[in-house]
Amino acid sequence: MGQALHQVSRLRGAVLAVVLLGLIAPILVGLAETARAAFGVLPALGLNAWSLKPWRMLFAQPGFGSSLRLSVVTGLGSTLIALALAVGFCAAAPGRMRWLPPFLAVPHAAMAVGLAFVLAPSGWIARALAPVMGWVQPPDIASVHDAWGLALMLGLVVKELPFLLLVMASGLSQLPVARQIAVGRAMGYGPGVAWIKLILPQLWPLIRLPVWVVLAYGVSVVDMAIILGPSNPPTLAVAVLRWFSAADVAMILPASAGALLQAGLVVGCIAVLWGAEGVLRVVGRWWLRRGGRGMSWAPGLQLARVGVWGLIGLAAVALLSLMVWSLAWRWSYPMIWPEAWSGGIWMRADWGKALINTLVLAGVTVVLSLLLAVFWLEAEENLTRAAWAEALIYLPLLIPQIGFLYGLNVVFLRAGISGGYGAVVWAQALFVFPYVMIALSEPWRALDARLLRLAAALGAGRWRRLIALRLPMLLGPILTAAAIGVAVSVAQYLPTLFLGAGRIATLTTEAVTLSSGSDRRVTGVYASLQAALPFAAYGLAALVPAWWHRNRRDLRRGGV
Amino acid sequence: MKLPLVAALGLLFATPALADWAQTLAEAKGQTVYFNAWGGDARTNAFIAWVGAQTEAQYGVKVEQVKLTDTAEAVTRVISEKAAGQDTGGSVDLIWINGPNFLAMKDQGLLHGPFVADLPNAQYLDLATSSAASVDFTVPVEGMESPWRLAKFVFSYDSAKVAEVPGDMAGFVDWAAAHQGRMTHPDPSNFMGATFLKQALIELAPDPAVLQQPVTDAAFATATVPLWAWYDALRPNLWQGGATFPASGEVQSQMLNDGEVDISMSFDPASTAAAIAEGTLPATARVFVPKAGSIGNISFVAIPYNAAHAAGAEVVANFLLEPATQAHMQDITVLGSFAVLDPARLDDAGKARFAALPKADALPALEDLGPVLLEPHASWMTRLVAEWAKRYTK
Repeated sequence: MGQALHQVSRLRGAVLAVVLLGLIAPILVGLAETARAAFGVLPALGLNAWSLKPWRMLFAQPGFGSSLRLSVVTGLGSTLIALALAVGFCAAAPGRMRWLPPFLAVPHAAMAVGLAFVLAPSGWIARALAPVMGWVQPPDIASVHDAWGLALMLGLVVKELPFLLLVMASGLSQLPVARQIAVGRAMGYGPGVAWIKLILPQLWPLIRLPVWVVLAYGVSVVDMAIILGPSNPPTLAVAVLRWFSAADVAMILPASAGALLQAGLVVGCIAVLWGAEGVLRVVGRWWLRRGGRGMSWAPGLQLARVGVWGLIGLAAVALLSLMVWSLAWRWSYPMIWPEAWSGGIWMRADWGKALINTLVLAGVTVVLSLLLAVFWLEAEENLTRAAWAEALIYLPLLIPQIGFLYGLNVVFLRAGISGGYGAVVWAQALFVFPYVMIALSEPWRALDARLLRLAAALGAGRWRRLIALRLPMLLGPILTAAAIGVAVSVAQYLPTLFLGAGRIATLTTEAVTLSSGSDRRVTGVYASLQAALPFAAYGLAALVPAWWHRNRRDLRRGGV
Repeated sequence: MKLPLVAALGLLFATPALADWAQTLAEAKGQTVYFNAWGGDARTNAFIAWVGAQTEAQYGVKVEQVKLTDTAEAVTRVISEKAAGQDTGGSVDLIWINGPNFLAMKDQGLLHGPFVADLPNAQYLDLATSSAASVDFTVPVEGMESPWRLAKFVFSYDSAKVAEVPGDMAGFVDWAAAHQGRMTHPDPSNFMGATFLKQALIELAPDPAVLQQPVTDAAFATATVPLWAWYDALRPNLWQGGATFPASGEVQSQMLNDGEVDISMSFDPASTAAAIAEGTLPATARVFVPKAGSIGNISFVAIPYNAAHAAGAEVVANFLLEPATQAHMQDITVLGSFAVLDPARLDDAGKARFAALPKADALPALEDLGPVLLEPHASWMTRLVAEWAKRYTK
């Protein structure tokens, strides 16, 4: 037994070392490299002395204050709205939510392009209203790119809501919801109130991290902010990207300072959320003890339900519009449908190579991340969970990409490994691995440990228990985690661009490059493919376990 | 095709320069050139793919386009390679570049060259010191970048919706007042938006000659007074009250197609005709330029100092200057970009090739485009964009 434990901790040590050296160290080194430039040290430009000049340049940028405020408001606002809607929805209508995958699968940029078309003054909604309102020309209103960032917030909520619903559903599956609600109902609490008072406090610790991830993403998002957000000034992350790519190379200095500030902003916003959690804990306890039965919650929950279905409907319309655009030849205002159709764009757009690159990268990255996740979780057995180590895994999701990618690129170049598939796989794994862990760890830990103990009692060794018992039983969650990994890998833009030296064209890099052009039809082709690939992965994740377990009644539950 | 090539090879060794070129060709054979070029235009991408197929067949040099959303990405990449001490085997072989990006790379010593004079096809260029191909935004090229296509600032509009267009930049104020919210310009952080401001600056500045010198505080203050007065009168009548701007000229072109605005702008006089053929602009779209002329410049290709395949890059730069390549490029059914060659230096076959190119309704003839106004010194653009942001970004 002592030796076995020793082995386990050795395995864990090895996995931890891989994660630390392979995933965390590059980020910290990248961050350090950015920080050096943020404090004036940039030898490539002949700058070798530490100074605060980059910060002074940053604060002097016109619109800097507005950019900062926009980032905070849109990031925090969209997270809180999405959270409130998801809570309200789960409190009112628990269910399987089989319709989630397509909305999870679509990358942010593709969703944003679709939404922009639906919402624009010349977009689908305006075209439907045009005959009624007598709009011969599109109205001159700011329905996207509005100065308050409302369209951006809407886009973020639409995209983050399905993710929050997914993690909530996964968290809820571990709680004795029905029993506790029944007890609560018996004591006279209304259905929604019982859920919020009894279940939510238990659910929160399970979803806290994913909510932070959503918050970090919302505060530092680039692609959605370009497509839906205001431009003068844009959010901080977009402004930083503009400065990084300004013709005046000296702008790298304030850009680096801004990138560092962006990282600080995320930490600050998470701290605000954490502080609010502390306050709510005190207030909530008082509220719970007061014992109000609160029948009046029903309208609020109903509102959340309507809100969720409204947003999901909007997302579906946005996706549909992309597919229609990819098949359109001419489609001008105020036509509801294209006046000329064509399959020509599909035939002509050179997407074959990008598709293969995307598939290869997703395949390799996801397999590596899954292996690492399985080893991590397997090594965890019999040992206490190390919270600090777990927190480290999620670091890449919490630190804005723009904060460390420039520095990471310099580090990789110095090591001579940039510009190849290896570097891109590595960079993508930074982001794929944490999501795979989020998706896999709860089902893994929830597996009935008695089965494994029984197998051990029957003489099955560690590896046999893993391969013959645990992995097949967890086939559904493993494939779901893989599908999420594929979606994350497909959506990666900046890591692929920076570390592939721009040479490795994927569907996402092509889609973003082409959306800098003016052809929405071509964007439609790439965005449809971008969405189709993860969707296929989710489909397989649902079908394969069902077929594999076709003669195992109690395992026939599928993924997601 | 083969025979003249062999004949040419025989001639090659007549002069030392040509012997060098033979060596370059030999070195280039089998190389893959990573051509970093803005990738937002499908037709340009297709043209670059065609160039790659040709150079592979003729010289054994493959071309891979690295599609950029902004040229500065490639500049940043070279800088980070320099920061990492990677002085050879760099990932960028050839960049589509001009203006401030060129100035930045030249100043930082990030370019390979001079190489243009060594290209055999440089014989078709007018390389006199004051010619358009020798000066990039008033910065002497000095052989560090090779021209490949002509750019000229033009406006496009839908002739079915708009009866009258402004005759000059000053005229935009009245036009916008009469057509509220129907006009805008790209964000000045994008080069097209900056060009719109520069075009107005050249027209409105009391003494445009100062724009050809590096900017000074005093010169900037005097030269831009009328510009800001003009812009303050124009802005309230722009699309969405001038509170937000499209990200680029391409996005604005999409807005023209959507009918959100009536006027768009481009740096390529052929882009309107090309867009009609592509179905991305209505068939009634047309081009106009301010009567006094518009800003013109030349797009160049440059080779970074650490390029892994500099020889191959030179071969591609040379191929881009072939009269046959330039005529193919000017073909409106291919790309429609005007050639950079000096017509006087072409032989009869070359001239005939250009004369035989097809026409299109929305394609302006070179003489309709008016005089070419010189780009101001690059420092003016940086200053103009910064000042605009200071005034109008809150």
